[in-house]
Amino acid sequence: MAGYIVRRTLGMVVLLVLLTLAVFVLFSLMPADPARLTCGKACSPQIIENNRHRLELDIPPVEQYQRFVSGIFFGRTYLADTKRPLECEAPCLGYSFLRNQEVLDLITKAAPVTFWLAIGGFVTWMTVGLVFGIVAALKRGRWQDRTVMGIALVGYSLPSFFIGLVLYFFVILFLHLLPNPQWKAGMPFKDLGGFVQTMLLPWITIATLNAAFYMRLTRNQVLEVFGEDYVRTARAKGLKERTVVVKHALRAGLTPIVTAAGLDLAYLLGGAIITENIFNLPGLGSLAIGSVIASDLPLISGITLIAATLIIVANLVVDLLYAVVDPRVRVG
Amino acid sequence: MVGRSLRQIVWARLRRDRIAMICLIILILYYLIGIVGPVVGPALGLDPYAFDRKAISNTGGQPVLPNGGISADHPFGVEWGTGRDILSQLLWGLRISLVVATTATLLTVTVGVVIGIVAGYLGGWVDLVIGRFMDLVLAFPFILIVLALSNVLTDRITDLGVPKGNPSRIVYLIVVISAFGWPYLARIVRGQVISLREREFVEAAVAMGSSRRRILFTEILPNLWAPIIVYTTLLLPAYVGFEAALSFLGVGVIPPDTTFGAMLANSVNYFTKVPVYLFIPGSILAILVVAFNLLGDALRDALDPRVTR
Repeated sequence: MAGYIVRRTLGMVVLLVLLTLAVFVLFSLMPADPARLTCGKACSPQIIENNRHRLELDIPPVEQYQRFVSGIFFGRTYLADTKRPLECEAPCLGYSFLRNQEVLDLITKAAPVTFWLAIGGFVTWMTVGLVFGIVAALKRGRWQDRTVMGIALVGYSLPSFFIGLVLYFFVILFLHLLPNPQWKAGMPFKDLGGFVQTMLLPWITIATLNAAFYMRLTRNQVLEVFGEDYVRTARAKGLKERTVVVKHALRAGLTPIVTAAGLDLAYLLGGAIITENIFNLPGLGSLAIGSVIASDLPLISGITLIAATLIIVANLVVDLLYAVVDPRVRVG
Repeated sequence: MVGRSLRQIVWARLRRDRIAMICLIILILYYLIGIVGPVVGPALGLDPYAFDRKAISNTGGQPVLPNGGISADHPFGVEWGTGRDILSQLLWGLRISLVVATTATLLTVTVGVVIGIVAGYLGGWVDLVIGRFMDLVLAFPFILIVLALSNVLTDRITDLGVPKGNPSRIVYLIVVISAFGWPYLARIVRGQVISLREREFVEAAVAMGSSRRRILFTEILPNLWAPIIVYTTLLLPAYVGFEAALSFLGVGVIPPDTTFGAMLANSVNYFTKVPVYLFIPGSILAILVVAFNLLGDALRDALDPRVTR
């Protein structure tokens, strides 16, 4: 087991190094002219030259990459040769000159919104997905099964932004069941009622796709486990059906689903972009869209780097958890 | 007992599935309309770019008639502010959505299958390098990366000679969606190939001195059709929805052209006044995606030898 952990962790470190390289190439070398791109609408040759210097695009690419990486570990100084140098302390993901703020500060300010959105969405989709999936499997072929599978089909067919818009229209604008969502600073702890009212529809929106997917996954998984020999053995021993279902079938059947869900949680940032956009939540998704519209390259690359790192780390954690649960993984 | 090919078996099973047949007809209709609509449309007086000043009020720009100005001239109403015909916009937009989704699917599947077969069959360091590379590509959240690279790469594509504006944006969508979408399929294919590689018929081919290319694409590939087809039918609706989501976020085509996502994004501004702006493009999009998914499910059942009906 120790060998497996070491091997996988080393693999992750290699991947993270490759990631910084990929992000650097994509956002610093790929644009035809990054200095122009970050210039905005009121642009003059003077501003472009300034940008080139501020973003340190006037030095060789290899050196740019070195500063980018060493900034993450040791911090870096922008405009070191001018009267007003900018200190960006480690971990420095870059500096957004358009917003005059460090990228990391912008990200940490927006992160709580996305965090709570993701957690609530996760709880919603796991509860709905597992419960309905198990019901469908236990009532296979009956009306309960067909209803659940029908709901699942609609759930993963409709684009999540359409579901969000329809919810927004009916629940908030048409029926006035909830007030217009409004995120306030210090939200979950200060104003719990307002927090739930604000987040309820976003949670449903972000959870729908995965909930539908997990309903099907759970159903298939449980049905498969019911065909296994040890379930038949348990039945043959004369155990109560309840014990067979809960202790033998479900425990073994659901373990892989629960471990895999960690990775989907990390991928939730993609869904957060759409959900935050619809419900006007000031999280990482909104920050990402804003930075794309403004062509704020340092900010876009910072967000991409953080999101991808999260996924890589989650991947490792899930694999390790899985290895704990299922010894066959370690050997193979 | 007459021997039947896999294709005949699958088709026979599908034909007995009424829902699958209905979905197939719906999808054929969508594609026909997407292809023929913009060609025949002008002859029927449809034009997505023509402003109809008479259909909107002079003061606010809102449609004169209720429900977004639905009338004999404009069966789905007119756009707020310009009076452009919604039906025409949907026809032209459907073509863009289908072109993006279909081309991106074909590219994704081709790249995914080729790389998956190569990684699975060759194994060793080739597999290792490809595996690490796939891990890297998969680390980027899909929507985020397509969004993030849009400004960066659209200009590059224009520089390569693609006309500026929407042609470049469409090419961008197809290329980047495929570039970040292939590893999912490649992983599935790789897994299948690893087990196929040890089978007798491959050994026989090797023993007969077949070239590597022949083994990969003539011996192994035909055994992969079932998972590839199933994955393709699930990928198409996903990409239709994905393109809509990107247009909704403002990354897709820009006016005067439009697609489902862009129309839905626009509908948000008139939510309370003209709900049909949301529900007409929304339901047309929803029917398309549901039909794709239902057909995909039916195809999966038909291709699965364990399912008996």
